[in-house]
Amino acid sequence: MNKKRKIYIGFMRGAMYVCTVLTAALVLFLFGYVLMNGIPNITWELLSTKPSYLTERIGILPDILNTVYIVLATLIIVLPLGVGAAIYLTEYAKNKKLVAMIEYAAETLSGIPSIIYGLVGMLLFSNNFGTSLLAGALTLVIMNLPTVMRTTQESLKTVPQSYREGAFGLGAGKWRVIRTVVLPGCVDGVITGCILSVGRILGESAALLFTAGFAHALNGIFTGLTSPGATLTVALYVYAKEEGEFGVAFAIAAILMILTLLINLSVTLVGKYFAKRRNK
Amino acid sequence: MKKNRLFENIVHGIFLILGLITVGCVLLITVYLIISGLPAIKEIGLFNFLFGKEWASTAAEPKYGILPFILTSVYGTAGAILIGVPIGFFAAVFLSKVANKTVRGIIEAAVNLLAGIPSVVYGLVGMLVLVPAIREIFHVPDGASLLAAIIVLAIMILPNIIKVSVTALDAVPKEYEDASLALGATPTETFFKVSVPAAKSGIAAAVVLGVGRAIGEAMAIMMVAGNVANMPSLFESVRFLTTAVASEMAYSSPGSLQRNALFSIALVLFLFIMLINATLNFFLKRDKEK
Repeated sequence: MNKKRKIYIGFMRGAMYVCTVLTAALVLFLFGYVLMNGIPNITWELLSTKPSYLTERIGILPDILNTVYIVLATLIIVLPLGVGAAIYLTEYAKNKKLVAMIEYAAETLSGIPSIIYGLVGMLLFSNNFGTSLLAGALTLVIMNLPTVMRTTQESLKTVPQSYREGAFGLGAGKWRVIRTVVLPGCVDGVITGCILSVGRILGESAALLFTAGFAHALNGIFTGLTSPGATLTVALYVYAKEEGEFGVAFAIAAILMILTLLINLSVTLVGKYFAKRRNK
Repeated sequence: MKKNRLFENIVHGIFLILGLITVGCVLLITVYLIISGLPAIKEIGLFNFLFGKEWASTAAEPKYGILPFILTSVYGTAGAILIGVPIGFFAAVFLSKVANKTVRGIIEAAVNLLAGIPSVVYGLVGMLVLVPAIREIFHVPDGASLLAAIIVLAIMILPNIIKVSVTALDAVPKEYEDASLALGATPTETFFKVSVPAAKSGIAAAVVLGVGRAIGEAMAIMMVAGNVANMPSLFESVRFLTTAVASEMAYSSPGSLQRNALFSIALVLFLFIMLINATLNFFLKRDKEK
């Protein structure tokens, strides 16, 4: 082997190892740094109270609740829409051009940056019924539609054609086949879509800033949805950028990191669980 | 029987509507952005708007030139690609071709975590680690700069680049590599001279996807780039297209020229994104047809 070849091989091998180690180290550093700075700041008082100017106390309970409300509201709306769209694409659509158009639209939606969603959500929803968690949730519905649609579609494709044919052969109508054979077969896709959407909603900030606002009021779910409120991510931004409360910001960041970890873990577990059940 | 047919048709209709919702959303977004973006462009003049070098929306004599934002977005994205793509590319080749199953599993889990971290967390860490580090190392008065934004963006696009490239590299037929190995090439040579060229459409798609993510990111950059409407310079505080929209939206009054100009910026950003999407589709389609 000549020298030039050896250098080339050595360089490429080295670059591969260095870049991989760098990536892994980056993840370790980010997690280590945030958790180390954040966990000491997580106290029961922080988690269970609302901010008060009188006692100069900061609490993130309203933000936690707002996040829960917005996640619930978004999922309740996006699930039927996304699953329905996926069912249309795999079970009904015969026109290839129409399918291509719908899929192109879904791809376009997933490429649009969240700040643009924020603006359009502000024009469409907030300007009509006020800055509120509901306006934020509706914006997030449009954002997460492609995700739910895609995961459902993927799992619908794994439902064997023979199941459908069997049901049709027994005289079932199309809707009955979908309800009894197709829908139960795509549960894993729907669950994965849900978890991924939750992850995206937790991490979203730019789309919520102008649609859901950044209030920290403590509300029940129904008043909460119709009044403005900050989710955890938006609260992190406000505390870090506007108020310089880095301790609180790190505490929220640590909570978000742990949630990210849990979400990734559950996506893997759900995938494994259903793969096992299918192979049985 | 007739009743049944009617019922099935209604169900079909409902699913058709659900299927068309995504198309409706895209149309709605496009129409709304164009309607709200055009008035300010008309008032300012397309040339003055796109190529004006000064943005002073709150001055007594307001100026609305967004060239600094456009250039900053282009330079910032280019910088992020320049740093992020090589790292992601080599890591992807390693994961797809060299790593054993355990190592691959661990690193892929780590990459997925990186993809899941909220952008404000990147912003927070960038603000408290990167910005002071840049100030110390390069002896500049303020570390909040284009460079800080580029580094944050490079890290944020890394998972996209790695994941899409790995998928493309995994799809290279084993026979190609076997043939190359049988001809006497070493494994490393095979990976880079046979597998990578065979997966080039997919890797190109990964790069384009990275461009899209980088140009659309707002919150993380908002926290590290300083946010002053300067012409781009590596150690200067800068404002991107995305952060220009985000930073003034909260205090511009509805209906004012300032707010309308912000919508025009969003329209420009949207056009960039549509262009990138079309490119992405071109590469993905070419990959499929092969």
